[in-house]
Amino acid sequence: MSSSPIRAGYNFAYLDEQTKRMIRRALLKAVAIPGYQVPFGGREMPMPYGWGTGGMQVTAAVIGHDDCLKVIDQGADDTTNAVSIRAFFRDLTGVETTEQTEEATLIQTRHRIPEKPLREDQILIYQVPIPEPLRFIEPSEVETRKMHALEDYGVMHIKLYEDIAQFGHIATAYGYPVQVNGRFVMDPSPIPKFDNPKMDNSPALQLFGAGREKRIYAVPPYTDVRSLDFEDHPFEVQRWEASCAICGSEESFLDEVVMDDQGHHEFICSDTDYCRTRLAQQEESA
Amino acid sequence: MSTQPLLQVREITKLYAANKGCADVSFDLYPGEVLGIVGESGSGKSTLLSCLSARLAPDSGSIHYHNRAGESLDLYSLSESRQRQLQRTEWGIVHQHARDGLRMGVSGGANIGERLMATGERHYGNLRGTAEQWMSDVELDIDRIDDKPTTYSGGMQQRLQIARNLVTHPRLVFMDEPTGGLDVSVQARLLDLLRRLVTELNLAVVIVTHDLAVARLLAQRLIVMRRGEVVETGLTDQVLDDPQHAYTQLLVSSVLTP
Amino acid sequence: MQTMIEVEGLTKVFTLHNQGGIQLPVFSGIDFRARQRECTVLFGESGSGKSTLLRLLYANYLPTSGSIRVRHRGEMVELTGAPSQTLLDIRRETIGYVSQFLRVIPRVSTLDVVAQPLRERGVDQDRAHQRAGELLERLHIPERLWSLPPGTFSGGEQQRVNIARGFIVDYPILLLDEPTASLDQRNASVVVELIREARQRGSAIVGIFHDADVREAVADHIFEIDPTQKSESRAAS
Repeated sequence: MSSSPIRAGYNFAYLDEQTKRMIRRALLKAVAIPGYQVPFGGREMPMPYGWGTGGMQVTAAVIGHDDCLKVIDQGADDTTNAVSIRAFFRDLTGVETTEQTEEATLIQTRHRIPEKPLREDQILIYQVPIPEPLRFIEPSEVETRKMHALEDYGVMHIKLYEDIAQFGHIATAYGYPVQVNGRFVMDPSPIPKFDNPKMDNSPALQLFGAGREKRIYAVPPYTDVRSLDFEDHPFEVQRWEASCAICGSEESFLDEVVMDDQGHHEFICSDTDYCRTRLAQQEESA
Repeated sequence: MSTQPLLQVREITKLYAANKGCADVSFDLYPGEVLGIVGESGSGKSTLLSCLSARLAPDSGSIHYHNRAGESLDLYSLSESRQRQLQRTEWGIVHQHARDGLRMGVSGGANIGERLMATGERHYGNLRGTAEQWMSDVELDIDRIDDKPTTYSGGMQQRLQIARNLVTHPRLVFMDEPTGGLDVSVQARLLDLLRRLVTELNLAVVIVTHDLAVARLLAQRLIVMRRGEVVETGLTDQVLDDPQHAYTQLLVSSVLTP
Repeated sequence: MQTMIEVEGLTKVFTLHNQGGIQLPVFSGIDFRARQRECTVLFGESGSGKSTLLRLLYANYLPTSGSIRVRHRGEMVELTGAPSQTLLDIRRETIGYVSQFLRVIPRVSTLDVVAQPLRERGVDQDRAHQRAGELLERLHIPERLWSLPPGTFSGGEQQRVNIARGFIVDYPILLLDEPTASLDQRNASVVVELIREARQRGSAIVGIFHDADVREAVADHIFEIDPTQKSESRAAS
């Protein structure tokens, strides 16, 4: 892979080398304890919290000259944020970027996992707003750390119980809590629950960065990731009655898009690369 | 008698300052016994209760608990994990203020089911069924099962707290002024409930109260505390009918009767 | 006949610490014995300490000095200084006490009040209620009152509930404080019957009876408490 020169006056990947080492140490710890939130010395990035600073710091720590970077936001490569972050890394590392999942070695994502199954030589980096899955019920950080340490997870099922009591079914549609490696309960970031099964036993390394909360966690390749549920209300993914209006897929996560002022809507694949690739294959065989 | 004591307390001392806290408290508690700890504010009774329930490490002394498996556990040698497990399975803790003992933001049913969920119950139907059963046992309207405790009255919150604790069939329950702050008629019904449950479930109870009438109604034995020290101990009726210590005599004679 | 209660050198003095520590002596140096199949009546003027002695025998009061031993589970056990667990066991198994006034626990039905001592010994609800009902019937408490708390009953009715509760368990030792005080002739006779039956079963009974006729009917011994001197027991004539 060739790389272009980086913008003058900046270190490779923006962060200084010591910071990158600190983040890598945190990452190693995270990989050694799957699902455990490792605090790290998060740095100020040139954008506000809430825009992916955690994911970016992780990417900055692992990216190398030979990498090929893909950045997606809700599955799309062409949203403003995805474009900005991709440009940021291109300018400050000179590394090749791509919109094709197939070609990428690093994929930074906000709120989706690509439809195409990942490989062992790929790393998926998630942007995480609130890393603590117990925060909704326990506001104290001291207490949640203790709960994780003591595997005191009764409250997680409380959330699911409440959903069933109120709605008749588990209503959580995204950020659905999972248990990693049979031990730590983790927030997978606000990905739709549709994507949860992709985390289980993935050949790829999955890294999670929360910038505002300054936490890093990880799921090593081929790790058991199980979505929490009840015996009589087992975990289920979303299903649509429609198929993608562009490529006809009945298996991918669909976004509902309003087409005009009359309220016409269509369902389209959220993963733009997946949709485009399918369409291209159909046109080729046509 | 060959019954083993449930709790063996030896020389428990926890002092914040001279006379503030508890000093040199010893007693045995047997299964099915109700022990009352009475005293005025500042007597150290709540401090003592916290030490007994593994929530506050004493400066000195020891507490041994005999668990369901027959093991004698030195409370403060246990890991925090095991202490919590005891608190959640074999013990109950009923706080004076329901909000300290409940999750106010989740439904009544979830409150009762939490301990079961924490100990591995994974069947929603069973959880709900058990919660309904307990609600009716503590005389709460089952229709309120999905309501949050913030919508319950004070007396109902206390009943919910009791149900939440009893769901794992604890052998020992710690209560801190469980009827404090409630209206008199509500208090009365709650005491009735407690008496019934203690008998039916053969609970051992350590109850802290400043109210001698509550002590007489519920406790078989009393410990009287003043400024951190135990000044008198004995059977409830004996301590209240024939108090020996000056302070106990003062307490007993100070009780208003309508 | 076996000795069930043995009292030696019993002295009781009340000390009121908050009234300048004044002392109220009740009696001193009492020696007393109660045997199986015998009813001992405590006799003396008002204020002589009869009730106090009964309460001491029940461990409701603490002796100032002296010894009180009772036969519990085959052995003589010293009450003074006994651990609470022992005392509670003695009250559950060995000694029954009928106080002068019913201590009213609010909102508990008469049937449950009477049945409670059996329930505490592990007897199931149905059997306990049945036994309670038998006694209440004997004492002429109509069935329609059984489900009501006794708080609103007349003094005599309350006392009969108290008596039923005291006799529901066959205690080896029975202490009775003025059991017939508010009763009419008809019900006083029932109590006399109950006492005789208990005595027949082998119980040792110690009681205070203000009514001379009742005393005559039940006493095997009279124990007179003279507050100023040592007291003596004499056989009933």
